[in-house]
Amino acid sequence: MDFIAILSIFVLACFVGYYVVWSVTPALHTPLMAVTNAISSVIIVGALVASAASGSPGSKWLGLGAVVLASINIFGGFAVTQRMLAMYKKKERPAGAVARH
Amino acid sequence: MGSDNRRGYEKGVERVQQATSTNPWVALSYLIAGVCFILALRGLSNPESSRRGNRMGMIGMAIAVVTTLVTHVPRMALIGARGAESPFTAGIDWLTTAEIVAAIALGAAIGIVTARRIAMTAMPQLVAAFHSLVGLAAVLVGVAAYLNPQAFGIADLVVPMIGQPFAVIHPSSKVEMGLGVAIGAITFSGSVIAFLKLNGTMGGKPILLPMRHVVNLGVLAAILLLVAQFAHTQDGWTFWALIALSFLIGFLLIVPIGGADMPVVVSMLNSYSGWAAAAMGFTLHNSAMIITGALVGSSGAILSYIMCRAMNRSFLSVIAGGFGASDTAGGAGAAAIDRPWKRGSAEDAAFLMSQAEQVIIVPGYGMAVAQAQHALREMADRLKAQGVRVKYAIHPVAGRMPGHMNVLLAEANVPYDEVFELDDINAEFAQTDVAFVIGANDVTNPAAKTDKSSPIYGMPVLDAEKAKTVLFVKRSMGGVGYAGVDNDVFYRDNTMMLLADAKKMVEEIVKAMA
Repeated sequence: MDFIAILSIFVLACFVGYYVVWSVTPALHTPLMAVTNAISSVIIVGALVASAASGSPGSKWLGLGAVVLASINIFGGFAVTQRMLAMYKKKERPAGAVARH
Repeated sequence: MGSDNRRGYEKGVERVQQATSTNPWVALSYLIAGVCFILALRGLSNPESSRRGNRMGMIGMAIAVVTTLVTHVPRMALIGARGAESPFTAGIDWLTTAEIVAAIALGAAIGIVTARRIAMTAMPQLVAAFHSLVGLAAVLVGVAAYLNPQAFGIADLVVPMIGQPFAVIHPSSKVEMGLGVAIGAITFSGSVIAFLKLNGTMGGKPILLPMRHVVNLGVLAAILLLVAQFAHTQDGWTFWALIALSFLIGFLLIVPIGGADMPVVVSMLNSYSGWAAAAMGFTLHNSAMIITGALVGSSGAILSYIMCRAMNRSFLSVIAGGFGASDTAGGAGAAAIDRPWKRGSAEDAAFLMSQAEQVIIVPGYGMAVAQAQHALREMADRLKAQGVRVKYAIHPVAGRMPGHMNVLLAEANVPYDEVFELDDINAEFAQTDVAFVIGANDVTNPAAKTDKSSPIYGMPVLDAEKAKTVLFVKRSMGGVGYAGVDNDVFYRDNTMMLLADAKKMVEEIVKAMA
């Protein structure tokens, strides 16, 4: 991919991000931060490339270190988001009114 | 030997390109991962779809990781070590493969245990700690790419007549790498300071260094110059100096920011971690990383903006720091001592609320500190059983990070459709019998609407004082809120002060209702 193609993806993704994030309900802003944290650890892709490459032991160990850090974030971030989201419950409706949806 | 090396290398490069950006299937799967991340955020538009959204995020991450693992299987040979033999056709390096799996497993164990154990009140610290990890990971990846640029497909191998062949990294990749490690390093050191402040390990008071604006601007300028220099020459020292200065500026930027501004700081660092990922995505030509970086970057920026607006502070003044350093309202506090106020008991409060048609509860961080949310929900349950309508009014900066109070209430089993944002509920206070303010102060201060000399003037506040009766739970009359401003609500005719620890007071009210 040439630079302009990548730049196009980036700019368009910024716009998508802008509109998607404004539509997030303020009640879920903390889970939003936790989940963005988890997905920004997609940087693990770079860490895996470095770990798998031969040729430079230093680069490999730095890569493995980054894999550990990013994995903490990925698993921790998604797990804590899931834990938070599971707590959000609707008002308990009186019996009978429940099956309306 | 030189030309053999070269041929072997070129063959290898072809293989790398097949495995990465030029292979349409690989590019497609990274794109799908990126789309999953967009859907993950989209799901957060309401609590019902949010759980599905989170699963989309996990699926996207799994796609990205598996794609990378499959296309970058560790191979035995070293580049250039065996002459003509292409390194990429060698056997699988099982040891390295095992190390990678072990690294993922180790991270997974630490992450999951932390996520299970963390208290919801400690969520801001946890998020700050997670940000620091993203930052550090970005730095490590950047350094790894610098040490082994061929592996990332960002360099040309120059084979001189005499001596070893060496890699020359493309100038554009060097700029992207330089910016990536710089943003990563700033995210890391900034988040560590934010973590220490939020965790209480370090005092919340801003630490003001002399000449800090000049120093900060100087360091920033130096970083940009170093990026340019690095792109030009690929000197090792520019790269290392760049990283060192970036760690330094992250520290310098966050240290002078006071505890009250931490919601903005956490959001801002969230944004930085995204930009760091995006910069690395540019280096690796990886669309999943670029899309994610853009999403996270704009998410953090929007949250920073929302927090700034909720505190009526400009982003620049937050970054400049120093808020909450001086006792701005010392005079107002001293003058207030003589003013008459009414004290109520738990029984009075229980009676007033039981007679009400509608009660709006205004919780603040003090409520969470006192761990009163469970008792509060019990109180609300009793009121509802007596036919009283109960609502919760949340100010955007009620907690220590965006949306924090909502999570704390959700944890106490408060249904989310009873919880309202400032704009949605403010008009209702005038028709409400009782406003029950607990652990909140500045966010109910009418001085923000009327007193131009007040440090919080212009900040949007909850109109709690418009309710027929205001019950204000507070530890003592002495203490003032974060901004250090006296609150006129204490001395109004329709206000009754309930002076006690928040949890104890609510428990007594519950007892009195029985």
